[in-house]
Amino acid sequence: MNPFDYRRAEDAAGAVATVAADPRAMFLGGGTNLVDHLKLGIVDPDLLVDVTRLLPDGVEPLPDGGVRIGAGMRNSDLAADPLIRRRYPVLSQALLSGASGQLRNAATTGGNLLQRTRCVYFQDVTMACNKRRPGSGCSAFGGYTRYHAILGASEHCIATHPSDMAVALSALDATVVVQGTDGERRVAMTELHRLPGDAPERDTVLRHGDLITAVELPDLPFAARSRYRKVRDRASYAFALVSVAAAVDLSDGVIREARIALGGVAHKPWRATRAEAELRGARPTEETLRAAAEAELAEARPVEGNEFKPTLARNTLVATLRDLVEEERTR
Amino acid sequence: MSGLLENTSTRAIGADIGRVDGPAKVTGTATYAFEHQLNAPAYLHPIQATVVRGRVREFDTRDAEAVPGVLTVLTHDNAARLADIGDAELAVLQSDEVAHRGQVIGAVLAETPEAARQAVRLVRVHYEERSHDVRFSAARTDLYTPGEAEDDEQGDLAGAMASAPVTVDHTYTTPMEHNNPMEPHSTIAVWEDAGLTLYESTQGVHSVRSTMAELFGLDPERVRVIAPHVGGGFGSKGPLHPPVVLAALAARLLPGRPVKLALTRQQMFDLVGYRSPTIQRVRLAAEPDGRLTGIGIDVTAQTARFKEFLEQAGKPTEVMYAAPNRRITHRLAALDVAPPTWMRAPGECPGMFGPEVAMDELAVACGVDPVELRVRNEPGTEPASGRPFSSRNLVACLREGARRFGWQDRDPEPRRRMEDGWLVGTGVAASTYPTGQMPGSVAAVRFEDGHYHVRIGAADIGTGAWTVLTQIAADALGVPVTAVRLRIGDSSLPSASLAGGSTGTVSWGSTIVAAAQAFRERHGTAPADGAEARAGLPDNPNRERYAMHAFGAQFAEVRVHADTGEVRVPRLLGVFAAGRIVNPRTARSQFIGGMTMGLSMALHEDSVVDPRFGCVVNHDLAEYHIAANADVVDLQAHWIDEADPYVNPLGAKGIGEIGIVGTAAAIVNAAYHATGVRVRELPMTLEHFLA
Ligand SMILES: Cc1cc2nc3c(=O)[nH]c(=O)nc-3n(C[C@H](O)[C@H](O)[C@H](O)COP(=O)(O)OP(=O)(O)OC[C@H]3O[C@@H](n4cnc5c(N)ncnc54)[C@H](O)[C@@H]3O)c2cc1C
Repeated sequence: MNPFDYRRAEDAAGAVATVAADPRAMFLGGGTNLVDHLKLGIVDPDLLVDVTRLLPDGVEPLPDGGVRIGAGMRNSDLAADPLIRRRYPVLSQALLSGASGQLRNAATTGGNLLQRTRCVYFQDVTMACNKRRPGSGCSAFGGYTRYHAILGASEHCIATHPSDMAVALSALDATVVVQGTDGERRVAMTELHRLPGDAPERDTVLRHGDLITAVELPDLPFAARSRYRKVRDRASYAFALVSVAAAVDLSDGVIREARIALGGVAHKPWRATRAEAELRGARPTEETLRAAAEAELAEARPVEGNEFKPTLARNTLVATLRDLVEEERTR
Repeated sequence: MSGLLENTSTRAIGADIGRVDGPAKVTGTATYAFEHQLNAPAYLHPIQATVVRGRVREFDTRDAEAVPGVLTVLTHDNAARLADIGDAELAVLQSDEVAHRGQVIGAVLAETPEAARQAVRLVRVHYEERSHDVRFSAARTDLYTPGEAEDDEQGDLAGAMASAPVTVDHTYTTPMEHNNPMEPHSTIAVWEDAGLTLYESTQGVHSVRSTMAELFGLDPERVRVIAPHVGGGFGSKGPLHPPVVLAALAARLLPGRPVKLALTRQQMFDLVGYRSPTIQRVRLAAEPDGRLTGIGIDVTAQTARFKEFLEQAGKPTEVMYAAPNRRITHRLAALDVAPPTWMRAPGECPGMFGPEVAMDELAVACGVDPVELRVRNEPGTEPASGRPFSSRNLVACLREGARRFGWQDRDPEPRRRMEDGWLVGTGVAASTYPTGQMPGSVAAVRFEDGHYHVRIGAADIGTGAWTVLTQIAADALGVPVTAVRLRIGDSSLPSASLAGGSTGTVSWGSTIVAAAQAFRERHGTAPADGAEARAGLPDNPNRERYAMHAFGAQFAEVRVHADTGEVRVPRLLGVFAAGRIVNPRTARSQFIGGMTMGLSMALHEDSVVDPRFGCVVNHDLAEYHIAANADVVDLQAHWIDEADPYVNPLGAKGIGEIGIVGTAAAIVNAAYHATGVRVRELPMTLEHFLA
C-alpha cells in the first residue's frame, strides 16, 4: 500500500471539513473493509481520518418511540443491545449472520453501511471494473457471477451490496443521519444506496466528506417479531447468496402490513415493495405468499452463472414469511 | 518384525501423549519460518505476470526505484543464472517468457515489506502477449496419455458392460482446489561466503537442500535448511515452488543480509500448486445381486504445458473391488496454467469420489444395501496386481462404522425423512490410502547428560511428528519418553525423507528403530556418555510380496433444506484400519482433520478459474470457502485394532491422508438419500436441489 497520513478526529465538523477539502482523504471506521482495500490497491488515500472516537456508539430511545443508533457502535454491541434484540430482532439477527465474531467486534455501523461489493473483479485491480475504474468495462459479465445481482442491475455493473445489516435496516425503514459541509441531513435508508445505472462507481447518494453519524429506527411494534434469513453455502462466515429481512403485522388472520427487503440480489438492499403491496390485506396462504414473492421477482434478470437465484430468492422469501406467519399464529 | 516393540516394558507407543511442542505453540514461542529473528532483514515482494502467455518486452522500474527504502528490482535481466533448469517450474527469472498468469517475473527488494509491495505496484511491465488456452474439458481433442500411467486393462470391460444385467455409466467431476495451509509459504534466505541458509516453511528440509544445491550449483553441504515448525502444507510444501528460488536469487544480490519473503494468500493461488480438477467416467457392470463383473474409470486431469503433473485418480480402482474386467485410463490436458501438485491424498482423494458415488448408484440399482454391496465385492488379493494384502480390514471398518452410526434400521428409500423443513439422509463410502515408505532416511542416537539425543531431519507440519517420533524412540530404546531428546527440522541433522504420502511416521520411525537397535547392539543398556550410533532405513522385502494399504469407512448424515437447498452435515463418522496407532490423540487429530477437509471438498472448495484471465478469481479465504467451525457438528473418528506384521517394524500405516478419502462421496450419497437428487459434481452446492 502507499504511504498515507493517519489522523484521529476529535469532532464531527472538523472531520467533515478535513475530508471534504481533500479528495484523497477518507474516513476510517473499524477498517475491516478499508484496510483490505488499501492492501489490494482498490483505493489509494493520502489521509485516513479515524472517526471511531468521535461518533456516538450507543442505542438511545427517541421521544417518538423510535431509537437512535450511534454510527460508531460496533456490530457486536449493536447485535447484543437488549432494546434492539427485543424490538428489532431482524437487525440483531442480520448482524450476527455477518462476518465473524472478530470482524463484528471491529466493524462499525457507519462502516458496515458503506462497505463495498465483494465482486471478485472489483477486488482485483488487474481486471477491468466500471465501479473501480469508470469506463474500463465490467468483467463480471461472462465471469464468476454466483454472488451477483438479478434485480436492478445495468449493463455497466452487476455487483451486489454485501451488507446484511443494511438489508434489515431497509426493511425497518431506517433513516441515516449524515453530517456534511452544510450541516446535518437525513437520508432514508432505502435511498442511501443507488442502483448502478451508468455510474456504478457511486455506491450511495453521499458526497465526498459526508459523515454518517447515526441511524434512526422508527417505532414499529410488529418488528418485535421480525426475522432475518440468510442463505449461504457455508453455515457461517459467508456472504449471502440471498437473504430476506421481514416483519409482518398479522391480525385476525389478515396481513395488515409487511416490511420486506432482500439481500444478495441487487446493487442495494432491495426493498420488496411489490411483495409488500401484494400482501397488504391478504390472507397468508401458501398461494398468496408465493404470489407476492413472484410479483417481486417478476423482473429478475439473472445472468449466466446465477440462473438459480430467482428461484432461491422466491423460495427463501416464501419460507421466511411462512415461518413468521406460523409464529404469529401460535403466539 | 514387529517383535522388537512388543517386548518393551515402557510402551510409549499407543499412549495418549499430548504434543511435546504444544506449549510452545499455544504460547507463541514456536518459531515458524518467517519469524526467525535475524539482523537487519530486507523484504521481498514478487512481481507477477498479468498476462497468461507471452513474453516481457520491457520493465519500467523508475517509479518503483524511487520509492524510499527500495533496494533493488529483480528481473530476469539481473538475476543469477541457475545451474540446473531441468524443472521448468523452478527456472525462476531465467528468461522473459510468461507461461501462466501470476507467474513470478520479478521482485522488489526493500527495507520494509510495505515499501516492497508499494514499489511492485509501480513497476510497469510491457508484454508481447500471445493467445492462451486454459479451458479444461474432457472433450478436448489434444488430450494425451501421460507416460507414467499407461492404460491398464484386464479382461474386457466393454464386453462386460454390454452383457451385464445391471450397469452404471456416469461422469463425475471434482474441481480445482487449493491446499491453503494456514501458514503461507515463507522463506528467509541468507547468502554468505559459507553458503546459503534457508529458514523455510517446508515438508522436507533435505529435499529443499538438495534441490536448491542443484539449482544454484552448490555443494549440498553449503546449503542449510531450517524448519522446526511448519503451519501445514497438505502437499503444497512438498515439492519446491518458485518463491524459495526467488528468495535465494534475491539474497544473492544482497550477500550477508537476510531476505524475507512471505506469500500473500492471493499469491498462494498462483504460485504453490493446487489439486487438478478431474473428470471421471466411471463404469460398473454387475450381476443383479451387485457382484461386479467389470469396473472402469477414465480420468481426465489437467497439467501445465511446461511441466507435467498427473493426478492419478484411477489408482484406487486398482485396489478396491474384485471384478474380472477392469480398465483404468488417464488423460491429461496441457494448458497455459501453473503446474498442479500434491494435495492431501493426491490420486486417492478425487479418485474415490466418482467410484464411491457410482457404487452407491449401483446399490440403488440392485436394491442392495450399500454397506453390503461393498462387502460382496471384497477381493481376496489386490485386484490389479494379484498380490496378497499385508492386511485389509475394509469389511471390519464398514461393519464397525455401521454399528456405531446406527445404520441397521436405515430405510433405503430416498426423500422420506423431513425434520423442521430439512430433508434428512444418510450415506456411506469406503476409503483407502497406500501404506508407503520413502527411502533415504538416517537417524542418529547419542547418549549424553543422561539423555538419549535422537536426531533426524524430519518435518513436523502440524501432524505431531515431534511427539510420535519421541514415543517411538523411547520404546525402541526401552526408556521413558522423558529420557529422549528429539531434534528434527534442520538439514544439518541426519538426512530424512519428505513429510508426504503419509510416509513420515513410518519411514522416520522405522529409521529411528534401526538406529536405536544399532545403538543398543554397540553400546548395551548402560552406555557411556558420548556413545553414539546411527542407521539408515532398512529395506523391507515384504514390500515386494504384499500389497499394503490402509482402509476406512465413512458414514455421513446430511440435511438439505427443502426450500433453499442449503446442505449441512450434522454427523460424520469414520472408522479406519490403519495398523498400529502410535498416539491416539495426534492420530484422531489427523483423521478428523482429513474428514473435515473432505467435508470442505464436498460442500465448499472450488477454485474458480476465469478462462478469459487464466487464473483463479476467488483467490482469498472470504471467497474460497473452507469448512469453518459451524459446518462441523458431530464428527467422530474411530479405528479398529489392526496388527500388520509386514508393513514395517512399527506395524503402523500412514494416517495423514486417509481421512479425506471417501468423505465427499459419503456426503453426496447421503444427500441423494435425503432428496432423491443424485449430484455428480463437486462442490455440492445448493442450486442442485432447488425446485
Ligand atoms: C472475511 C470477511 C467476511 C465478511 N462477511 C460479511 C458478511 O457475511 N456480511 C456482512 O454484512 N459483512 C461482512 N463483512 C464485511 C464487514 O461487515 C465490513 O467490513 C464492516 O462492516 C465494515 O465496517 P468498518 O467499520 O470496519 O468499516 P471501514 O473498513 O472502516 O470502512 C468502510 C468504508 O466506510 C467508510 N466509513 C467508515 N465509517 C464511516 C462513517 N461514519 N461515515 C462515512 N463513511 C464511513 C470508510 O471510509 C470506508 O470507505 C465481512 C468482512 C470480511 C473481511
